Amino acid sequence: MGILEVKGVNKRFGGLKALDEVNIDVAEGTVHAIIGPNGAGKSTLLNCFVGRLEPDTGTVTFNGSSLLNRQPHEINQMGVSRVFQTPEIFGDLTLLENVMIPAFARRDGVFALDAWSRVAGAADIRDKAVAMLDDVGLASKAESVAAQLSRGDKRRLELAMCLVQDPKLLLLDEPTAGMARADTNRTIDLMKEIAKSGVTMVVIEHDMHVVFSLAERISVLAQGTVIVEDEPSKIKGNPKVQEAYLGGAHL
Amino acid sequence: MLGLDNRDMKLFIWVVCITVLAPFILNPFPAESELAQFNAGYPDLMQRFMIFGIFAIGFNILFGLTGYLSFGHAAFLGVGSYAGVWMLKLVSMNVIPAIIISVIVAGLFSLVVGYISLRRSGIYFSILTLAFAQMSFALAYSVLTPITNGETGLQLALDDPRILDSASSTGSIPPTNFFGIEMRDGFELALGPWEFVFNFGYYLCAVVMLVSFYLSMRIFRSPFGMMLRAIKTNQQRLRYTGKNPRPYNLAAFVISGMYAGLAGGLMVAMDPLAGAERMQWTASGEVVLMTILGGAGTLLGPMVGAGVIKYFENIFSKINDALLYEWFSAMPEGLQDVFVFLIHPFIGKGWHLTLGIMFMLVVIFLPGGVVEGGQRLAALFRRRRQSRETDGPAAVKDATPAE
Amino acid sequence: MDAIILQILNGLDKGSAYALIALGLTLIFGTLGVVNFAHGALFMLGAFCAVTLNALLKTSYETIDPNKLDFLGNPAKVETPYIVDWFGPEFGGAMIEWSVPLAILFAIPVMVLVGLVMERGLIKYFYSRPHADQILVTFGLAIVLQEIVKGFYGANPIPTPAPDALTGSFDFGVLLGFDPGSIIYPYWRLIYFLFAAIMIGGVFAFLRYTTFGMVVRAGMADRETVGILGINIDRRFTIMFAIAACVAGLAGVMYTPINSPNYHMGMDFLVLSFVVVVVGGMGSLPGAVAAGFLLGVLESFASMGVVLNVLPGINQIIIYLVAIIILLTRPRGLMGRKGVMEE
Repeated sequence: MGILEVKGVNKRFGGLKALDEVNIDVAEGTVHAIIGPNGAGKSTLLNCFVGRLEPDTGTVTFNGSSLLNRQPHEINQMGVSRVFQTPEIFGDLTLLENVMIPAFARRDGVFALDAWSRVAGAADIRDKAVAMLDDVGLASKAESVAAQLSRGDKRRLELAMCLVQDPKLLLLDEPTAGMARADTNRTIDLMKEIAKSGVTMVVIEHDMHVVFSLAERISVLAQGTVIVEDEPSKIKGNPKVQEAYLGGAHL
Repeated sequence: MLGLDNRDMKLFIWVVCITVLAPFILNPFPAESELAQFNAGYPDLMQRFMIFGIFAIGFNILFGLTGYLSFGHAAFLGVGSYAGVWMLKLVSMNVIPAIIISVIVAGLFSLVVGYISLRRSGIYFSILTLAFAQMSFALAYSVLTPITNGETGLQLALDDPRILDSASSTGSIPPTNFFGIEMRDGFELALGPWEFVFNFGYYLCAVVMLVSFYLSMRIFRSPFGMMLRAIKTNQQRLRYTGKNPRPYNLAAFVISGMYAGLAGGLMVAMDPLAGAERMQWTASGEVVLMTILGGAGTLLGPMVGAGVIKYFENIFSKINDALLYEWFSAMPEGLQDVFVFLIHPFIGKGWHLTLGIMFMLVVIFLPGGVVEGGQRLAALFRRRRQSRETDGPAAVKDATPAE
Repeated sequence: MDAIILQILNGLDKGSAYALIALGLTLIFGTLGVVNFAHGALFMLGAFCAVTLNALLKTSYETIDPNKLDFLGNPAKVETPYIVDWFGPEFGGAMIEWSVPLAILFAIPVMVLVGLVMERGLIKYFYSRPHADQILVTFGLAIVLQEIVKGFYGANPIPTPAPDALTGSFDFGVLLGFDPGSIIYPYWRLIYFLFAAIMIGGVFAFLRYTTFGMVVRAGMADRETVGILGINIDRRFTIMFAIAACVAGLAGVMYTPINSPNYHMGMDFLVLSFVVVVVGGMGSLPGAVAAGFLLGVLESFASMGVVLNVLPGINQIIIYLVAIIILLTRPRGLMGRKGVMEE
């Protein structure tokens, strides 16, 4: 039994069937990649995990409890963190603050009226945030404002924001999109380290180089359904996958 | 010290010194001189500096930190002052119970308004708060007349119960007091041609303002304040970070509503009268203006904005043509007329025109407000001095972050 | 029944004004993405165009008429408007008499000019600034405009009557088969409603059936794409701003006989018009118009004696109350689109 179980998930947008009986089982401590051509429903599926969308039918179970009908912040408090396709960070705040906020969120929960204590007094949180920034290679920029970062750095910052929460499950939506090759390789190394520390990861990715150097298991999504779920080595030669990517019969 | 870091402590000590010495600082011109009308060191105006300073500090906790623009904050001030006057009427002329009840009532009212309005964001939130304030304003004039005394405004009467006070023997309404110290009392000091007024009411306001300012500093520097700033920059992200923005917004809304109530309570403690016009949307607009003018999201800004606007309101509306002719008396007659003609629309009753223009100029050229402008200027000077000293390309320092 | 019809009719004129202002606000918001707090001031400027024209036409010179004596027994001074001298008493007199409708011709160029200057001189620089800044700078501008008008015309309302021929009332009661006199409606209010209907219809037709309108509508839906297509939308949006200013101004001109204009009428209408826009749904033109009439009529119903007996004071707050209820139940207003003014 996996840490994240998706069973019979359906989602319609008007006449469009975005997700059709999706079943995915993510084992604890593994890196599970979801790949598929554009419009296959990958991001829609991820949105169903974090409370942004509610599936029409089906169940999404994390660690034995359902993720459906929950607010995004509740899901996060259960140990699920997400990196978005376009980096979602606190643009006006410094990098350090960006990472301290999720650390506070992990420590204090959904809401804490700690208007009397001082940010400067929370040395443990600060140290943790600095260490995290160091891990992603942004320690030198800790005091600069996040909006000024390059796109690649923003992604790394967002990753740090998720990791500082010690998530049980990390969801990554195209973590290397738009990155230069060198940056991509650095990110792959970083994610390998994260994987080694035992965090379960679900990765959506277009870059097959990234997918095959990270994933232990791959689900291929096409037109809203999982056509294959297998180990990376067996995915490569699968005719169904080739058909899905190349348009099959049309060619 | 006091849980503030060095920089904040320095700022706080500066503010304490300025408020304590305000009667001196605001009266720089000898009492008989022509420039005496520029003096601001009389009790009524100084009290207003403090009261509107508190109002704006509170508003800044909501608008400056979370970015939620409320157009109805005057309603809380109004509700607070009605509650305060009732306390003075029913219980005691001591101002402390009145101020406390003002804060509590305004807090409860803002809890209700905030709970409903915060279900929406952006301009929808602004319109909801505006709608609540305008409703309060309209009701105060009509249905609630038994409580608010309608257009006349709520006043004290000789036959008020004042159950805690001993019966007044003088046959007039007793003045408001702080455990026996009358708010209107004070003493005057003449130093040569200079005259300074020290008013007890002002000092009560000053103490309350300083406490309010200190609390706002603590909020700014707390994890709570950091979450509020996070809401302003990316509410969505905060949600996916495991924080629920709604209670944070509501807490900020109620805190700022309580500040408004405090300001309303102090207002009636100084002058026991409450009218519905205090709740009108123009009054809400004024506090927005003060905060922006000074610098939203900065610690000092709202107070600076409140001071500038109240000062100019007072001084500009006092100047008249005769005074202008006096000032320009050194000029040839024709030129004198031209100058008076040019300046005339901006003074006296035209002060709102000056305000409008000032306001536009600030938003256009100084979007960060006066405080940020000052900081930029200071940074510029520092850089210039540095480059002169080193006589070469100096290391360009980042502008100091907003205080 | 007749009372209900009367209230609906009574609500129409205020509703028309709300609808016209809200329409302009929505046009500006939809095209330029600017929240214009000075829009009420444009309405007020329009009203004062009528006042100005009236004053201009009445500009007179004094002569002493030796044949008449005033009450002190001195020779009486007679004021003769220049216009009467130039065009003769009949035509000149008629022009003064019909100054409000004539002011439409006067207000169109003035308001277009005001709109152009405002957009090119100020609003243009605020396209990319936050909505809060836009609100604040236009709010400042509104204060400046109304103070200037106050400087010229003082703080008191200036009566600007409709032509005598149009001051009477129309008896709807007879028309609809009720007792005569049960539903009496002043002509001018009827004219105002028809005028508003024509203006609204005109704007919609313009947007619907002209190429220009089509581009503007496309721009309202997706500004970026239209820009990429190589169409100069900025210039069109400038023109759109001028049109919106014109609509507000003409609404003001025609409103003068209903309520004597004063310098703060713009602000009074602005607050309510904003509520109207939000109730209708930010960015939806039909929404703005529908909400304008809806709230105008509701306000009129709430002022009925029967209603006031049950719910005292309801007429003062009905609009805000409805706004709160609608916003809480329909987050985007009656006809709002997704993604407008949302973070």
